[in-house]
Amino acid sequence: MTVITDLVPYEDALAAYDPVMGLEVHVELGTRTKMFCGCSTELGADANSQTCPTCLGLPGSLPVVNATAVESAVKIGLALHCEIAEWCRFARKNYFYPDMPKNFQTSQYDEPIAFNGYLDVQLEDGEVFRVEIERAHMEEDTGKSTHVGGATGRIHGASHSLLDYNRAGIPLIEIVTKPITGAGSRAPEVAKAYVAELRELIRALDVSDARMEMGQMRCDVNLSLRPHGTEKFGTRSETKNVNSLRSVERAARYEIQRHAAVLGGGGTIVQETRHFHEEDGSTTSGRVKEEAEDYRYFPEPDLVPVAPARAWVEELRATLPELPRVRRNRLREEWGVSEHDMQSILNAGAVDLIVATTEAGAPADQARKWWMGELARHANESGTPLDALAITPAQVARVTELVSSGDLNDKLARQVIEGVLAGEGEPDQVVEKRGLKVVSDEGALGAAVDEAIAANAAIADKIRGGKVAAAGALVGAVMKATRGQADAARVRELILSRLGVEG
Amino acid sequence: MTDITKLTAAETASRIASGALTAVEVTEAHLARIEAVDEKVHAFLHVDREGALAQARAVDAKRERGEKLGPLAGVPLALKDIFTTKDMPTTVGSKILEGWLPPYDATLTTKLRDADVVILGKTNMDEFAMGSSTENSAYGPTGNPWDLTRIPGGSGGGSSAALASFQAPLAIGTDTGGSIRQPAAVTGTVGVKPTYGGVSRYGMVAFSSSLDQGGPCARTVLDAALLHEAIAGHDPLDSTSIDAPVPPVVEAARNGSVAGMRVGVVKQFRGEGYQAGVVQRFDESVELLKELGAEIVELDCPSFDLALSAYYLIAPSECSSNLARFDAMRYGLRVGDDGGRSAEEVTALTREAGFGDEVKRRIMLGTYALSSGYYDAYYGSAQKVRTLITRDFEKAFEQVDVIVSPTTPTTAFPIGERADDPMAMYLADLCTIPTNLAGNAAMSLPCGLAPEDNLPVGLQIIAPAMKDDRLYKVGAAVEAAFVEKWGHPLLEEAPSL
Repeated sequence: MTVITDLVPYEDALAAYDPVMGLEVHVELGTRTKMFCGCSTELGADANSQTCPTCLGLPGSLPVVNATAVESAVKIGLALHCEIAEWCRFARKNYFYPDMPKNFQTSQYDEPIAFNGYLDVQLEDGEVFRVEIERAHMEEDTGKSTHVGGATGRIHGASHSLLDYNRAGIPLIEIVTKPITGAGSRAPEVAKAYVAELRELIRALDVSDARMEMGQMRCDVNLSLRPHGTEKFGTRSETKNVNSLRSVERAARYEIQRHAAVLGGGGTIVQETRHFHEEDGSTTSGRVKEEAEDYRYFPEPDLVPVAPARAWVEELRATLPELPRVRRNRLREEWGVSEHDMQSILNAGAVDLIVATTEAGAPADQARKWWMGELARHANESGTPLDALAITPAQVARVTELVSSGDLNDKLARQVIEGVLAGEGEPDQVVEKRGLKVVSDEGALGAAVDEAIAANAAIADKIRGGKVAAAGALVGAVMKATRGQADAARVRELILSRLGVEG
Repeated sequence: MTDITKLTAAETASRIASGALTAVEVTEAHLARIEAVDEKVHAFLHVDREGALAQARAVDAKRERGEKLGPLAGVPLALKDIFTTKDMPTTVGSKILEGWLPPYDATLTTKLRDADVVILGKTNMDEFAMGSSTENSAYGPTGNPWDLTRIPGGSGGGSSAALASFQAPLAIGTDTGGSIRQPAAVTGTVGVKPTYGGVSRYGMVAFSSSLDQGGPCARTVLDAALLHEAIAGHDPLDSTSIDAPVPPVVEAARNGSVAGMRVGVVKQFRGEGYQAGVVQRFDESVELLKELGAEIVELDCPSFDLALSAYYLIAPSECSSNLARFDAMRYGLRVGDDGGRSAEEVTALTREAGFGDEVKRRIMLGTYALSSGYYDAYYGSAQKVRTLITRDFEKAFEQVDVIVSPTTPTTAFPIGERADDPMAMYLADLCTIPTNLAGNAAMSLPCGLAPEDNLPVGLQIIAPAMKDDRLYKVGAAVEAAFVEKWGHPLLEEAPSL
């Protein structure tokens, strides 16, 4: 294995070469049962407990296509602006591997269910880049091998391997882009934005949770360089199973620098698969693909063709949700925030929470203020995602309502939120238990104001004399006396009117 | 006293239903017959004495409780060892699955159990159903009850021999290129390949998925129809199973007639390689059909000449993929796992020891035919031929109701004669293969003995897809006419062993 440590600085690589990318994303569908049998797809079960003759490939067993998986595939295809095949078949991809029970994978090959589409992705500065989609096809996942006894967890050096077939037969959709050209130095950013957008899309369609850290969505990054001004693609490398958005960007960036170093040094790129390393963002050589492996594809004789009826496809098209990018832009306009602020909201994972809070009755600016301020701080401090905090959008909406009605001020509202997060109940219960209500009883407030004026005669005189700014000291005294539970603006009004000054 | 083992399935069932016989008596008679003759015949790989008797007792108990019995309740059956059975090993005639006890029943097995059929055991077959003589079984050949030195046909030679030696009145076969019909022809029994998709393949170990079809084997046309009805029908576990009512096969078998029917005779099903006695009996059968009121129509189906070549590309291609799963990882034989060898080495050693020559030959042939650069020339062309054959059948069935031909060009050949000549062996399926490629239905039934060797000759009847009932209508008429002519069923002329 040759480890290339020489990298060309990124800017220099881009000055000499034009990157071409191809992204292959595998998404595990969230169907209740497997692609070709009735076994559960639930994660975390005991090894081999979710298996049957079909997903174990036992002699005599036969597959039956999961109709929900086909529906999910069509939805994904439609959302990616693809054409939906009127008639398509599965094929057998023949190769031997112990975690593949039949020693062939049932997969679509030259007849994908969806093809010729695109996905517009928005970069952080708002620029929109169109990624063209080659196809989206259905296939089944393999089982999982655990290699035991070796140092690396890889098969090399292992004493034995354990096989778990629970994953075997889980429905997968593979989405393949056409070669992505013209992104130039923004190629890694485009790769990341594409995978992020695709993930949002999959979630919006409600066909998978698409959690990359759980392996529910995996990306292979194909990359090659060509000298500026040339048409022909260079030899590509294929970095497999990149498992986070950040890693997708880093892998592309690393490969650009590595390819440039090899090519610039007069070398040639070897067509191979590569492994990505999270620790340092590097890639290392995997399997060399000297000659394309011969999978001896042929149409799967155990399955009948899939022929989605046109009327049904149109029905599904009609129920498609708004595309994530379109929705984000609409919300940005409705909320009146900048691209930059919207990006922050997005990065914080707050979009849906804010929407839900406004739907529960809060004004958008208030909802945004609390989620991106106080609550984001709590999330940061406790290291939990925003949507995992122990507070619901409805509760946040109630807090904003209490503020706008004058029952709470911001300081008290923060205490209410703390109480809710601490499990003390609904916002109103926290207000009750902690006794946090703003003192709005005019009589009580008036008495406190009178006391403050009496106790600070010198200041009162100054105010009477026109130094309205001095009122702050009296407001502070009233607030102190009411332990913060007064509406400061109202206190100020009362002081000024008692002293006969126009505010 | 009646010899119980000589009864037809229909008679047996009716005697059990009336109480004239118990299912246990019937089962015991057949188990005794197996004990007496199967050492010589070797039809069975596994006999489930206890299971069969338990099933028989259950049928008798049902009757005693006054429950209504199905049309085949208590009738013994020999099951080809290609269908999975939870309570019996399933070997498919291969060393690679020696002793494998499947954790599930095939749909066909379940249907047999639901029909209260008594499964006596599992029958011998060419390994993975690849062969026309049962000589390719890893467990030794089966003898033809007419002459134990000759083959009983294949791949379902165990099932045909069990019927012809009165070890069972019913049997199950599977037909990929003729494995039900050719054994029926050479043993003087009846075998039917239903329309592709007519009988579920779930739990039937695959040889060539797009061609394989399970079906009934019996000694009479009516018995075959009763069994056909019991095992056929849509199965949600088999995507290729046809979601339509089962053709009225029993009704057709009870009302045999060819009067007014148009019967086709295909030019391509005669010529070089056909034994004189076979041709003679076939020509007599055509004359008989005329006498019975059928109109004979000469047909030209030019693509049939290409059927054998197309078949020997498609079937091996599919088998090369279907048999890839036998890798020693999860079930069956495992050779050379000494703790030091890699998974790949163990797989290779196991396949080397576990697969026979014919299986290896076909895996290699199919792997080659599917490989990149050759796919279009081989597998692709074969699929085109398949389409042409289907069209030839379609055109033919515009002119005729059924087609007839000899089932196989010769009578049973001696064991060993073609063992080293695969091409000669493949020719046994010349007349049966076109039907598999087109997916329609066909039957073989006895039409006499060839004068030169006194061995059975089979008449093949071919019907369009999902018109399986026509086979039985024509078959029953022909059978009745022959029995009348001979004065007894053909099998009565077989040696008593």
